[in-house]
Amino acid sequence: MADQSALSGSGLWLSCRSLWKREMVRFLRQRSRIIGALGTPLVFWILVGAGLQRSFQLPGASGTMSYLEFSYPGAIAAILLFTAVFSTISLIEDRREGFLQAVLVAPVSRTAIVMGKLLGATTLAVGQGALFLMLAPAASIPLSWVSFLAMLGAMVVVSFAVTGLGFCVAWRMESTQGFHAIMNLVLMPMLVLSGAFFPHKGSATWLSWVVSVNPMTYGVSLLRHALYAGGTMAEAAHDVSTTTALAISLAFAAATVGLAVASVSRRSGEPG
Amino acid sequence: MADAVSVESLSRNYGDRLALDGVSFRVSAGECLGILGPNGGGKTTLFRILVTLLTPSAGRACICGLDVTIERHAARRRIGVVFQSPSLDVHLTARENLRHAGHLYGLSGASLEDRVVDNLQRLDLADRADDLVKTLSGGLRRRVELAKAVLHQPAVLILDEPSTGLDPSARRQFWQELQELRRRTGVTILLTTHFIEEADRCDLVAILDRGRMVASGSPAELKGRIGGDCITIQCDHAADLSERISRGLNCRCRLVEGDIRIEALEGPVLIARLMNAFAADVRAVTLGRPTLEDVFMQETGHRFEGGGALKEEVG
Repeated sequence: MADQSALSGSGLWLSCRSLWKREMVRFLRQRSRIIGALGTPLVFWILVGAGLQRSFQLPGASGTMSYLEFSYPGAIAAILLFTAVFSTISLIEDRREGFLQAVLVAPVSRTAIVMGKLLGATTLAVGQGALFLMLAPAASIPLSWVSFLAMLGAMVVVSFAVTGLGFCVAWRMESTQGFHAIMNLVLMPMLVLSGAFFPHKGSATWLSWVVSVNPMTYGVSLLRHALYAGGTMAEAAHDVSTTTALAISLAFAAATVGLAVASVSRRSGEPG
Repeated sequence: MADAVSVESLSRNYGDRLALDGVSFRVSAGECLGILGPNGGGKTTLFRILVTLLTPSAGRACICGLDVTIERHAARRRIGVVFQSPSLDVHLTARENLRHAGHLYGLSGASLEDRVVDNLQRLDLADRADDLVKTLSGGLRRRVELAKAVLHQPAVLILDEPSTGLDPSARRQFWQELQELRRRTGVTILLTTHFIEEADRCDLVAILDRGRMVASGSPAELKGRIGGDCITIQCDHAADLSERISRGLNCRCRLVEGDIRIEALEGPVLIARLMNAFAADVRAVTLGRPTLEDVFMQETGHRFEGGGALKEEVG
């Protein structure tokens, strides 16, 4: 009585690709999403960066790094986060009534459903991150091909982690209002307390502790390392090694994606 | 040959509340079963179990002999589902929606394109195929839903309250399409409804009330159980008159919203006697065949709430 499941490789790929494509088409047909996801971190980065420019100095450093440069990887992380929020929010309406109910009754493995969504959201996030990356020279950050490619890789890892997280939260939510409330409560502190916008050296002990257990810290650190791949960066801007940042970010992504697959499978009590 | 759908002692509880209580029925291939019941009667729970979205607490449900909780994916391949709430992506065109659904069922390439075109044409959607779904009317959207549900040529088509939210003409057209589809493909149809008229169009009706199946059979068979005719008397003092009628003519009267209802084997004969004795108190008399609503009232002892008439449309 073996279940002739839909897990054959080609079926998985076909449905995954189709779900991914739907995300792309939807995004391109909703202009406000493009503007919102790209514009918000840009405005944030320029305004905050310009405001703090004069008062900012890296502790212990000779003052060679401007604030715009220091907060640049954080702005990239913010783009990835905002896109993750925008992409996963549709899950809430889709799930209870709408598109997703028809997907759930199709002979598609639950893993394909999660991966289609996450791949779609990650593509959008990385695409916008890459566009933003073109602005690096404006902040006097030299961008080489090596660092550009390293950034793409780092952005994929971080995007998967945050879209996985967004997926897990959205899946449990009954309303979009609830989703926003939780996202503001969880994601904003995760971003702010990640060392993205201020170096945590020299801040209160409890705050450094929060920063060091925040998985986003390592994501931002990974982006920072990637940005200066093949070059040098101010020593004081980071205190986590590339290996640690990469390992923890990969583990974070694996955990949220795994949890997302488990959430979808559990609802109907079936294997992923 | 296995039944297209077979349900045995199916139960489902939510905490203490038993939403479905030992329901059993069978549907042979090619038949059309209407599950009739008031809102909260257990229809949605039954629907969600049959479409593999909910696990039953006890009992089993099979589609073409495949248990929907064990051989889930195999059962999924054999069902087409039309949900009550729209399942189309409004930012995609009708064609894109169908294509996407095809991919989920493992269809691709030229054979998928052929089916998409064929389905759009048959449901008279060809000229709107490349319009975004958000620009289509409710009736058209429901047709796209139907086209999408049968794209993979399911053996059983399961619809949840298909008429809800449609205006009368769209509803008529939807039923015509359903009949046409049935004639052409021989698909087995199972639908839930709280409209008496809709249940009347099915080959078989199962009446669900408070989680239990109170009656099942063909509409004619069910109505035949009441026996004879239904007389409805409009009058000013129903309670008083009904008592006098039951004493005077020795028959059972029921009060239904200010009217008197009498079931009689020989309706016209009873009306003649009635008018002889009580003509002065009676405003109007109608003689009718029993409806499924009468069947429901007889089997459950209470009125059919939450509809019964198409004009009481909600949402």
